Amino acid sequence: MTKVSSKNKQWLSGNEAIARAAWEAGVTVASGYPGTPSTEILENLCTYKDVYTEWAPNEKVALEVGMGASFAGARVLVTMKHVGLNVAADPLFTASYTGVRGGIVIITADDPEMHSSQNEQDNRHYAYAAKLPMLEPSDPAEAREMLKKAFEISEEFDTPVLFRTTTRVAHVKGLVATGKRKKGPVAVAIEKMPAKFVMLPGNARMRRRSIAERMEKLAAFVETFAANRIDKGDKKIGFITGGISYLYVKEAFPKASVLKIATTWPLPFNKIRDFAAQVDEVVIVEELDPFLETHIKAAGIACTGKDKIPAMGELNPFIIKKALGQETGDIFAPVDIPPRPPNMCPGCPHRGLFYNLAKYDVFIAGDIGCYTLGFLPPLSAMDSCVCMGASIGVAHGMDKALGDKAQGKTVAVIGDSTFMHSGITGLVNMVYNKSMSTVIILDNRITAMTGHQANPASGSNIMGEPANAINLTELCRAIGVKHVRTVNPHDIKECKKVLTEEIDRPETSVIISLAPCVLLPEERKRPKIPLTSFVDNCTGCGTCVRLGCPAISWVPLTAAEAKKMGKKEKQKGYARISAEMCNGCGQCLAVCKFKAIGKAEDAK
Amino acid sequence: MIPSGNILFCGVGGQGILLASEITAFALLECGLDAKKSEVHGMAQRGGSVVAHLRYGKKVYSPLIDPGQADFLVAFETMEAVRYLPFLHKGSKVIVNTHQIAPPAVATGKMVYPTDLLTQLTNRNIAVYPLDGFSIAKAVGEIRTANLVLVGALSTFLPVSEDVFLEVLKKRIPRKLDENIAAFKDGRKITA
Repeated sequence: MTKVSSKNKQWLSGNEAIARAAWEAGVTVASGYPGTPSTEILENLCTYKDVYTEWAPNEKVALEVGMGASFAGARVLVTMKHVGLNVAADPLFTASYTGVRGGIVIITADDPEMHSSQNEQDNRHYAYAAKLPMLEPSDPAEAREMLKKAFEISEEFDTPVLFRTTTRVAHVKGLVATGKRKKGPVAVAIEKMPAKFVMLPGNARMRRRSIAERMEKLAAFVETFAANRIDKGDKKIGFITGGISYLYVKEAFPKASVLKIATTWPLPFNKIRDFAAQVDEVVIVEELDPFLETHIKAAGIACTGKDKIPAMGELNPFIIKKALGQETGDIFAPVDIPPRPPNMCPGCPHRGLFYNLAKYDVFIAGDIGCYTLGFLPPLSAMDSCVCMGASIGVAHGMDKALGDKAQGKTVAVIGDSTFMHSGITGLVNMVYNKSMSTVIILDNRITAMTGHQANPASGSNIMGEPANAINLTELCRAIGVKHVRTVNPHDIKECKKVLTEEIDRPETSVIISLAPCVLLPEERKRPKIPLTSFVDNCTGCGTCVRLGCPAISWVPLTAAEAKKMGKKEKQKGYARISAEMCNGCGQCLAVCKFKAIGKAEDAK
Repeated sequence: MIPSGNILFCGVGGQGILLASEITAFALLECGLDAKKSEVHGMAQRGGSVVAHLRYGKKVYSPLIDPGQADFLVAFETMEAVRYLPFLHKGSKVIVNTHQIAPPAVATGKMVYPTDLLTQLTNRNIAVYPLDGFSIAKAVGEIRTANLVLVGALSTFLPVSEDVFLEVLKKRIPRKLDENIAAFKDGRKITA
C-alpha cells in the first residue's frame, strides 16, 4: 500500500476542489448566488488570497458581473445551481456572442433526484441551445483538473465555458492533487472592442458567424482532447457515459469497454463512431434526459440507452446493473416506519408567522427557502411554490383572476434573500397594477436554507465585512407601497392583529416579519431559558403541538392513565417540552390558554 | 489483500453525522486506502433524515453504496437504523444509538414511535450493537461527544489501529479533545 501523502493530496469535496482549481487557475473575480449543491464553491474561494469574491443578489447579476470582469481581462468564475442558470439565461445566450477576454467559466450545479430543488432540469441542454462548450467531471480530483483546462479552452476559443456538476460530484469528498497558483494570460485593462462587446444587430450578425467558426474549431479539438478517453475492455457492450454516471458504470461493469465523455458539448463524434465500430453494442448511460443518446443517434450512430436506463432521478450502479439484466441479489424490503421530513428549527421565527397565517381563508403563494417548510403539517400554510420570487407574481395573478372577490384572499410569503433575488420587480408590478394582495417578507437577516450566506439586506458581505443593509421598509415605500408594517413573529397576538388588518386592506400592503434566524452565531450565543410544560395544568388541547416545534411532543394517555394523573378520562394526552431542544422563543407560551407552559423555575 | 468496505452513517440533521464520517474517512486515508464520501446538504439538514456514504478500498469508483452493500451502518437514532434496512446485507454490522427523536408525525400524535425497531434487524440475522451514546457522552462530561462514541464502536471493526484513530482525533478535534478521546475509547469497549 502506498501511503497517501497529505503534502500533495487533499481530501476535498467537489465544490472545494473547484474553488482550489479556480485559485490555481489565476481567477481574480468570482460572483454567484447561493444554491444547493453549488454554495460551498464561493464559500471556499473567498478564503483564498488574491481573489475578489462576492455574493450577487441573483444569478443574472452574477453572470453580468462575470462578463464585465472578463471584458477587462480577468479570469472569472461564476457559480449557481441548475435553476439559477434559468435566471442567468438572458446574459448567457448573448455572452456566447460576445465571447471573452479573460477566461470565464460558469458552474451549473444540477440536482438530479431533487434533494434540495423544485425540479431536476438537465442543464446540458443549455450548452447546445446557447452554443457553448460544456465540461463535466466525475469526481473532485477530475473537477480540479478539468476546471483549469476549462479556462484555457475559454480563452483559446473565445467562449464562456459551462461546467456542470451534480450533487454526487459537488458534495462528494475524495483525494485531490493540488498545485500552485498561476496568473491568467491576459493583462487586466480597459480595452474597448465595440464589434465584440456591443451586441447591436449589425455586430451581433458578425459575431453569430464567429460562433459557427468557434464551434467548428471546438468540434475538432474535442476529438483529440485527452479527457475524452477510452477504457479498453470487453467488446460485447461498449458504454458511452460521462459525469457521475461514468463512475457508476465502472463500478457495475469493471471489465467493459467505456468511452468517457468529458466534453458534453460539442461531442467528439468521430471518436464515438470509432468506438462504436470496435464493440458489438453501444449503450449510453446518463442521468436524466437522453442528451448524449439523442445527439449520438442524430449523428447516425446506432445505440440504446433510455429504453432501459431510467430518465428520472439519480442513477447508481445497482440501477444500471438491474436495467441491463445483471444479477443484483435479494434486497431487504423497506420497513414501514413514520417518515422524517425536514422541519423548521426549534425557535424558528417563521413558525409563529405561519401558525397565524394558517388560520385565514386565503391563498398563500409561497417561495423558495427554509419557510417553504411551512407547507408541511401541522402548519400546512402554503398553497404554491414555483421558483425564486414567484410568490409575488402568483399572488397578484390570483388577485386579478378573482376580480371583485379578491379582497382579503391572496398573500405572498417570501424570504429576505429571495425578495432581494427576484421579489422586488414583482412588488413593483403589484403597486403599478393596483393589487390587493399582501406581501409578507420573512426577514430573518440571512440566506438560511443554504447555510447562512449574507445578502444585500444582511449588513455584511461574503467576507463577513460590514456592508450596506438595505432598509426593506424604505425600499417598499419607495416602490409605492403605502402600508408597510413590521411585526415580531414570536409575538403571536400582535402578529395576528396586523395580519388581519393588512390582509383585509383593498390595496397592496407589505408586512415585514422581522426576527433573526436562530442558527445565526450571535443567536446561538444568546443565553436561552428553556420553557417547560406544567403537566398538572395541561388539558391536552393540542394547541401548542400544532405549532409543529421539534421541542414539543405529544404524550398519549389511556383513559386509565389520565384518571390516575387526576385528569378527565377523555383527555387523550399532554404536551411535553424538551429542555435540550427548547430555545425559549415563547411562541408556545403565547398560544397556551391554560397556564400550562412557563419557565422551569416558575413551576410550582 | 487490500481491505475494502462500505460504511453508511445515518441519523437526524444536526447530530454530528458529518464530523463522525469525516473522522472515520481520515483514519482510513491515514492507512493508505482510497476513499470517497457522499453527503447531502441543504434542505434535508433541517431536522430531516440525513445520510452519508463512506466507501474505502484500493480504488473507489462510485461514491454511493448500492442497496444491499453496506457492511456497516452507524445509526445516530434508533428509527433511522431501520429506515436504511434496504442498504444492509446478512453480514452487516449495525452500531445504533438507542437515543430516540420523534419525527413530526409522532411529535404531533398522528403516529406512534415503533417499539420493535431493533428486532426488525436482529430478525434478519443482522448483528446489532446498541449503545446509549447520550449517557456515555454525559458521563465523559461533554454531551456533544455522542458521535465519537459511535465512531469508537465502529472503529474496532475497521482495518485501522486505535493509535491511528487517536492521531486523527488529535489533529482534527479543535476543542475538548480529552472528552472526545474518552468518548471514543468508551465506544470501543462496546464492540471490542
